[in-house]
Amino acid sequence: MNFEQWKGFQKGDWQSEINVRDFIQRNYTPYEGNDSFLATTTEKTQKLWDKVLDLYKKEQASPGSVLDIDTKTVSTVSSHEAGYIEKDLEDIVGLQTDAPLKRAIMPFGGIRIVEKSCEAYGRKVDEEVEEIFHKYRKTHNDGVFSVYTPDIRAARSSHLITGLPDGYGRGRIIGDYRRVALYGVDVLIEEKKQELEVLNVDELTEEVIREREEISEQIKALNELKVMASKYGFDISKPAQNSKEAVQWLYFGYLGAIKDQNGAAMSLGRTSTFLDIYFERDLKNGSITEEQAQEIMDHFVMKLRLVRFLRTPEYNELFSGDPVWVTESIGGMGIDGRTLVTKNSFRMLHTLQNLGPAPEPNMTVLWSTRLPEGFKRFTTKLSINTSSIQYENDDLMRITLGDDYGIACCVSPMKIGKQMQFFGARANLAKTLLYAINGGKDEISGKQITPKYEPITSEYLDYNEVMEKFDQMMDYVAKIYIKALNAIHYMHDKYSYEAIEMALHDREILRTMACGIAGLSVVADSLSAIKYAKVKVIRNENNLAVDYQIEGDFPKFGNDDDRVDQIAVDIVKTFMNKLRKHQTYRNSKHTLSILTITSNVVYGKATGNTPDGRKAGVPFGPGANPLHGRDKNGALAVMNSIAKLPFDSAEDGISYTFSITPGTLGKTENDRITNLVNMLDGYFAQTGHHINVNVFDRSLLEDAMEHPEKYPQLTIRVSGYAVNFTKLTREQQLDVINRTIHERI
Amino acid sequence: MEEKDLKYYAKVHSIESFGTVDGPGIRFVLFLQGCHLQCKYCHNRDTWDINGGSYKSLDSIFEKIMNYKNYIYPNGGVTITGGEPLLQAKFLIELFSKLKQENIHTCIDTSGMVALTEDIKKVLSLTDLVLLDIKHIDDKKCKELVGKSNKLELNFAKYLSDNGIKMWIRQVLIPGYTDAPEDLLKLKDFLSTLKTVEKIELLPYHDMGKFKWKKLGLSYTLENVPNATTEDVQKAKKALGIT
Repeated sequence: MNFEQWKGFQKGDWQSEINVRDFIQRNYTPYEGNDSFLATTTEKTQKLWDKVLDLYKKEQASPGSVLDIDTKTVSTVSSHEAGYIEKDLEDIVGLQTDAPLKRAIMPFGGIRIVEKSCEAYGRKVDEEVEEIFHKYRKTHNDGVFSVYTPDIRAARSSHLITGLPDGYGRGRIIGDYRRVALYGVDVLIEEKKQELEVLNVDELTEEVIREREEISEQIKALNELKVMASKYGFDISKPAQNSKEAVQWLYFGYLGAIKDQNGAAMSLGRTSTFLDIYFERDLKNGSITEEQAQEIMDHFVMKLRLVRFLRTPEYNELFSGDPVWVTESIGGMGIDGRTLVTKNSFRMLHTLQNLGPAPEPNMTVLWSTRLPEGFKRFTTKLSINTSSIQYENDDLMRITLGDDYGIACCVSPMKIGKQMQFFGARANLAKTLLYAINGGKDEISGKQITPKYEPITSEYLDYNEVMEKFDQMMDYVAKIYIKALNAIHYMHDKYSYEAIEMALHDREILRTMACGIAGLSVVADSLSAIKYAKVKVIRNENNLAVDYQIEGDFPKFGNDDDRVDQIAVDIVKTFMNKLRKHQTYRNSKHTLSILTITSNVVYGKATGNTPDGRKAGVPFGPGANPLHGRDKNGALAVMNSIAKLPFDSAEDGISYTFSITPGTLGKTENDRITNLVNMLDGYFAQTGHHINVNVFDRSLLEDAMEHPEKYPQLTIRVSGYAVNFTKLTREQQLDVINRTIHERI
Repeated sequence: MEEKDLKYYAKVHSIESFGTVDGPGIRFVLFLQGCHLQCKYCHNRDTWDINGGSYKSLDSIFEKIMNYKNYIYPNGGVTITGGEPLLQAKFLIELFSKLKQENIHTCIDTSGMVALTEDIKKVLSLTDLVLLDIKHIDDKKCKELVGKSNKLELNFAKYLSDNGIKMWIRQVLIPGYTDAPEDLLKLKDFLSTLKTVEKIELLPYHDMGKFKWKKLGLSYTLENVPNATTEDVQKAKKALGIT
């Protein structure tokens, strides 16, 4: 292949095959300097951003904070006419529907969810759409519930397994949107046609049939993508010619995905350094200035901040603040030792200054102790000022994932265009422990949820007995969990296949079955209490264990104390191995995350008193965090505890949310930056995987709770994503405020 | 209380793994138990009693510190505070010797109100930085505020200066107690005689340690003293001629 659009690029394998990494490696310019080259907002950007801020205000004032819904048009890649904020001001164009912040309906995942969502915001789905999806077209949601077994239903309704994507889009798939810019859509279609030819085999087995059908869907979606772009006046059949086109083409690819799928997390990938190659070429030949380069990135990010999905209020309870996880992975090191930080890595992050803090895109810095100092100081300075950045351990992930992976959602790493996951939400391990004590009866309802196991009848809990029963109960939960996930992903592929995202993948990909756990620190502390203190069981009139009395002290997770930290490590390994025993859909590879997002509040609400002294209804720690207030030895002790959790057994990510007051981080801005850099270097050298960094005073949040109007852009990091604080439910706001905020008296 | 070899055991109050205000960079802060002063404004009242706290072995403390080497090396280090750390000098000699082998920066937060014994001199020879909390420059007022004369600590400061040991001078700024202009001037004069002062820090008095007194069933004699304001600090800084 050769295109005039590729003039000036270094030749390589990327020209004879789809290979974006090769293109990047041969063409990118590492940047080791500081932020002094960056440009501020242009007048055009400011005007456009003011319009967006205005739209936000209107949205916030609308019922349920939903500005508008297109209740008639079933959303597909090319379904809607072109939409603009203000056409003449926009460097980068494209909206999910024909107007900004107007939400689309995507009933292939489930029509009832769409109906419920519309009703919640005072709207009604178009009758014809309802008829089609009730009468003629089965959905993912229908599919799953037609095969769910009674044991799955019981585990689900008792909150033993929670947040399953059986009624909403699974998401967490990253299309390689860069391919659209580098190759143009025609080359991608040609490639897919060749893949079909590879699958022109003698035996049409079930696998081959499925794959051929999927590739046909992908080709169709790519053609639709061209149609969508043409509505905006662009022909994306050929490669992008310059930096502005490269951003536009790439964004069209992403836009196709978010018009097609209402996925739980719709992440962008690792795009900044790829785009830098185009910016560098344009800057060199003098066709753009730094101001213009920044303007293009600002406008791109503005579009990413406008992404919206139609969701029910219940969904908001699980994952609050309307998140979409437009996760962009920035920085990291190449396997050849050069940094993958470029000037455009800075520009991407600089949007947080030019446009102000915001939860989206979900800025994720891939941290290595070897990152250039200038970049380390720039990102930490932004963290301190905006609380909008999360960090993940590039030195850890590069070992298995190479140097062209990106983060989906919060903490899930995957090779771009070569890997996808079947998102599996999480199992409630704290409840699992309570079921072990009660022989499978729910501690709140008293109902028998699992088959009858022998309950514990002694007055005081015996560590060995509890461990034996807990082990059996984990066996059961692992089994039910994988059963449920197999059903879900079979049906998702069948009724709500992500054709455009998968069109931007290789044919042969690695699929992971991404399981998760909630309540890890509660379980570790409970087992520690049973082992090191004395725990007396309080039973109700039906002999159900409903409360616990602890006599004596015991080590608690989050204090860098091996006696309890090792319990947490063992649980992760044990549960992971139990999952591995079960056959997965499409032979996907079992993985595990320790991540709750904001659902730690809901899970806590649904879980009774636990043997660690946590009271019924009290939120769990988010992700891998210790339970609030149990860490007594300072922030680094918490980090060391969490860093012990084995990434090998939790490859889908281990989330830690860290909050600190500015004064505790250091006396001067310079001290704060240096300390945060050293802290991150240390945490990641300890093999910690992920950390959210929040720097704020508790009083600021308390004020924002009472006067939300004063803080329209107050952004904080919760487990794995950032959120506009004022959009959280009051319960979640309180959870964030009550959480450990490291401060020194 | 059992007898321990005080070379290899320390009376520990607590640890803070992430200190950022007691010395340069990230500090592993070890709070030792026991103090011989009775500062009226003490915000760690619970560290006074030498019979409180618990014994920790040298090896366990050293091992614990090494768990944090990735964070505290090379820009930060270890700070020993309390209580009065120099009451456990024999232990500090052993600990600091080990830390120096690992090139870890050592720091002591002290009142300096101790006699310069051979043990203490040995500790200081292993110390990279002393945070010297000058209680009061006026001897009479000093006795009133903390229960002891300031002679030892001023002598201590001189020793640090004469032996090339770096120090950060600290003074808690307590409205009505330590902020008299003539005292600040006197302090300024004294500090100007010291050659190794790297920094002078004024710590604004706050009553956030009050609850610890109440918890121990003790009365807090500074009940009616207001917290020092930013303005108070600015004024005092001006008097001391620092920024």
